[in-house]
Amino acid sequence: MPYFFGCSYLDLIGFVLLFPLAGTVINGFLGKKLNKAIVGIVGCTAIGLSFIVSFFIFIDLLKFDPEHRVFEKDYFTWIGSGTFEAIAGLQVDPLSVIMILVVSGVGFLIHVYSVGYMHDDDGFYRYFTYLNLFTFSMLLLVLANNFLLMFIGWEGVGLCSYLLIGFWFEKKSASDAGMKAFIVNRVGDFGFILAIMLIFVTFNTIDFTDVFHAAPEHLQTGSFIATMITLLLFVGAIGKSAQIPLYTWLPDAMEGPTPVSALIHAATMVTAGVYMVVRCNVLYTLSPFSLTVVAVIGGATALFAATIGLAQNDIKRVLAYSTVSQIGYMFLACGVGAYITGIFHLVTHAFFKALLFLGSGSVIHGLGGEQDMRKMGGLKKYMPTTHTTFLIGTLAIAGIPPFAGFFSKDEILLDAFTRGSLLLWGLGAFAALLTAFYMFRLLFMTFYGKSNMTKHVEEHVHESPMSILIPLLVLAFLSILGGFIGFPTASAINSFLAPVIGGGHHGMTDGGDLHHVSNGLMFSMMGISTGIAIIGILLAYLMYIKQPDLPAKIVGKFKLIYTIIYNKYYVDEIYDATIVKPTVKTSFVLWKIVDVKIIDGFVNAVARIVELKSEVLKLFQTGYVRNYALSILLGGVIIIFCSLVLL
Amino acid sequence: MSLPILTIVTFLPLAGAIWLLFINGEKQEKIKRIALVIAIGDFILSLPLFFKFRFDTSEFQFVEKVSWIKEFGISYYVGIDGISLFLFLLTSFLTLICILASWNIKDRIKEYMIAMLVLETGMLGVFISLDLFLFYVFWELMLIPMYLIIGVWGGPRRIYATIKFFIYTMAGSVLMLVAIIVIYFMNQKATGEYTFDLLKIYNLDIPMGAQFWLFLAFFFAFAIKVPMFPFHTWLPDAHVEAPTAGSVILAGVLLKMGTYGFVRFSLPLFPYASHQFVPLIAWLAIAGIIYGALVAMVQEDLKKLVAYSSVSHLGFVMLGIFVFNIQGMEGGILQMINHGLSTGALFLLVGMIYERRHTRMIADFGGLTKKMPIFAIFFMIITLSSIGLPGLNGFVGEFLVLVGVFKSNVVYAVLAATGVILSACYMLWMFQRVMFNKLTNPENKKLKDIDKRELALLLPITILVFWIGIYPKPLISRMDASVNHLINQVDEKYKVTLNRLKTEKKEVEYAVKEEKSAEHTIEVD
Repeated sequence: MPYFFGCSYLDLIGFVLLFPLAGTVINGFLGKKLNKAIVGIVGCTAIGLSFIVSFFIFIDLLKFDPEHRVFEKDYFTWIGSGTFEAIAGLQVDPLSVIMILVVSGVGFLIHVYSVGYMHDDDGFYRYFTYLNLFTFSMLLLVLANNFLLMFIGWEGVGLCSYLLIGFWFEKKSASDAGMKAFIVNRVGDFGFILAIMLIFVTFNTIDFTDVFHAAPEHLQTGSFIATMITLLLFVGAIGKSAQIPLYTWLPDAMEGPTPVSALIHAATMVTAGVYMVVRCNVLYTLSPFSLTVVAVIGGATALFAATIGLAQNDIKRVLAYSTVSQIGYMFLACGVGAYITGIFHLVTHAFFKALLFLGSGSVIHGLGGEQDMRKMGGLKKYMPTTHTTFLIGTLAIAGIPPFAGFFSKDEILLDAFTRGSLLLWGLGAFAALLTAFYMFRLLFMTFYGKSNMTKHVEEHVHESPMSILIPLLVLAFLSILGGFIGFPTASAINSFLAPVIGGGHHGMTDGGDLHHVSNGLMFSMMGISTGIAIIGILLAYLMYIKQPDLPAKIVGKFKLIYTIIYNKYYVDEIYDATIVKPTVKTSFVLWKIVDVKIIDGFVNAVARIVELKSEVLKLFQTGYVRNYALSILLGGVIIIFCSLVLL
Repeated sequence: MSLPILTIVTFLPLAGAIWLLFINGEKQEKIKRIALVIAIGDFILSLPLFFKFRFDTSEFQFVEKVSWIKEFGISYYVGIDGISLFLFLLTSFLTLICILASWNIKDRIKEYMIAMLVLETGMLGVFISLDLFLFYVFWELMLIPMYLIIGVWGGPRRIYATIKFFIYTMAGSVLMLVAIIVIYFMNQKATGEYTFDLLKIYNLDIPMGAQFWLFLAFFFAFAIKVPMFPFHTWLPDAHVEAPTAGSVILAGVLLKMGTYGFVRFSLPLFPYASHQFVPLIAWLAIAGIIYGALVAMVQEDLKKLVAYSSVSHLGFVMLGIFVFNIQGMEGGILQMINHGLSTGALFLLVGMIYERRHTRMIADFGGLTKKMPIFAIFFMIITLSSIGLPGLNGFVGEFLVLVGVFKSNVVYAVLAATGVILSACYMLWMFQRVMFNKLTNPENKKLKDIDKRELALLLPITILVFWIGIYPKPLISRMDASVNHLINQVDEKYKVTLNRLKTEKKEVEYAVKEEKSAEHTIEVD
């Protein structure tokens, strides 16, 4: 074992959290006085160091046998009351290691990118404070060794998301979006918190290891409790990971700075729900019903969000719906029991979606803030590097081999087919077609064709500086090669994560995703999904390059459908009319009628009766303490007398 | 016996008030300084209670007992346990904050400071009294300065608010007094001793029928104070009219008298009735949580919004107390402290912008973050604490309450947990309208960020908010013994009553059976 000043790297796990926290504290307290260069260096270094420690921990962990790759460190009792105990403790295992590598790795790149992107913003130090705090919370979320500590991270990332979406708080749309994100997430957290309580009442502990160890003995497969726990947890996941019906906050979250969208609303935070489901796979496996719910919601969201993505014109919103859709895939995988595939897609998605968001940020930056794709076009020649990297990201998400997204998405479809049902496969496959289409639509509208930029914009359009391009290049590299960690016949991620799946860490190496399908089926599925992607791309090519007037014609023909999709199925409007407005209205009624008219009416009536003897009332109000005392004494004497008589 | 520390801490403010009486009212600075020194001294003196408090016993600590009116069995009997300790400390802490917060009061500052100090003595006394009569004296003593603070230094509708507050609280107090005296005589009947000694009265086995009525009498006194829905309508008016410090004390300490009263008196004295009343109290508490939150959401006045949020928060406390398990009770007590800190801080914050702008209407604000960034940070932290963000104080209490409630009744827990969503709605919406968006109102462009004095008010509270959120153990572990003892005490007495009920029932059944069999025999004959 490699030792670091006498201790194993695993013992240094706390530093993974400590560095981002230190960055938050330094920038938070001193950032205003420091110059931007130092603020940026502090912010990036914090995450960079965190990544380095994470990497060594990963190496350290590999030195153990697969079934012994779990390491826990308890620091102190956070909350202890009676038998309830929540420990501040961390857990390193293959799953959390993969997560901290992704979070700190992608996080570091996005921090670097942000230095250039946010350079002219007055809130530079505030931005880095939040971003470091976010990374801290996210790392805590994935490292926590019990449900309640995880919940701190869970809400912590929600808070940072709120602060960063509303980063430009003077814009009403931004502060609205931040609030919406927080509140919708709270709806999910409502489920999460109930789940934690149910877990405690059922197992008398909220420690991951203990719960997962006890669950198979305690609960029968399909039991009501197991189903309730997992469904409630899933409510939390739905909120955080923006699935039907709580996805509406994510598209609005695009009000935040673009690197924030890349880090929080694409690569890391929104996938926390997937992580949680995989972490609790032991529980989910005990409830086939919950798994079906997860799969159906995931599949339905994948398709539903993809359809909305077809008709959006804001470059970031297309990517937002695409994120919702891709997370749907991850849940689809989890729902059919292919947890590792879900994490696999989480990882590759983190690469290519961060790349796409950062690429769109580069475009927005170059165009001086323009986000409407109809006012772009032909950017390829102005921004060659951005274009190349964006093309790679688009190929990856579309599922073209050998780019990263191909391997993970193909495996999800395969799993949906072999372990789920034809319907689930159909949802995923159709969504894949749409994904390829709308992503290439985005690519073509932005980088190809003729320029639709205004003259002013066209004069100023420029390729982005190196601090922006380098992260793009690194992510592009990962989007090309990232898929090979899950290469079908020799899946490294599969064997690495296998011990996490099934009965916890008790020598269960066979409980992984190592299902056996014939090579024939596997290759034909690969062929089909590649074919689907190519059809989508060709359609996009036909409509946006070859015959640019075709979309308008189609829209003309299917006006109603187009309007509905364009308006995102009016879901926001429906929620507003059925939930938000009635709640506010009820509240007004409660206040103006129940409080003011009924309760106060009664009280005032009593007061008026007293007022009839206004002389008496005046006596009460003299303001002299002795009068009060006298009246109290008199009253007391009377009462004592009465009680004496009565008793 | 060492120093009578409780007496010293409790009566030092009163001594200070008497000192102030002899000082010329013109010398405003001097008066303020004296009051501040007294408050600081009092707070410092109260700290050893925290450090010297013994974890391992549920007995009352720092006890002092002196006979007062021997003929009636009234004694000056004080002491604290893990339940009152933190409320006692909270009181001395918040009074200090309040005196510093009242620095800009110009009108009759001498009388004001006297009222504040007398108020402090009254409040501290309530939390340490172990004699029912003494308790009642302090209970009334603290109300008078509160009436005056609202009625004299309050806003335009202060008279209305004061009368409303007066009527409500008096109605409750009178009933409670009656109940105390009835208990006094009952105890005499049972033991032959005239005494108001609470610990002796704890042993009294009150008949079920009497428990019912006595519980009800106490219930009104305490429920109004809490305030529980639907006895809450005095609160928004009182808060709106009260000066900032009055609101802080009202929310921070006075409301806790109600919840404390339930814990200290209702539960151990009337365990059977307490159990019987659980559904009523639980549903009122839940109604309060949801109703308070909804009504808070649509308030236009910041102080009213915070006032209604108190109704919601105190609903959690009540629910936690009335599930009779350790998590619920400890969560409830912790939530009393948390609410005192967070809501106290909210009123301070509202007071700060009120002092600058002379309005509390949400619509008059917007975009203040631009002009008051440091204020914004504190406001955000306190808002999040009030929402119950994990890692800050509010969460620990709220979650423990919910766990306790969940253990005893899932439906209650699910309904109460909706408060988690609603609190985010009303607080964040308010925050957005005050602090975010464009700063459009020209009046707000002149706003200055907080000064050093204001920082000194907010910083200690903020530190406590983090401390309790991250490491609440020093608090909870001091409660453990007392809370366990209380729960066992209630449980045992409840079971005794239940058993008696059963045997009585059996006897009745037996008698009925006998009769029946007798009839049977006759029929056979």
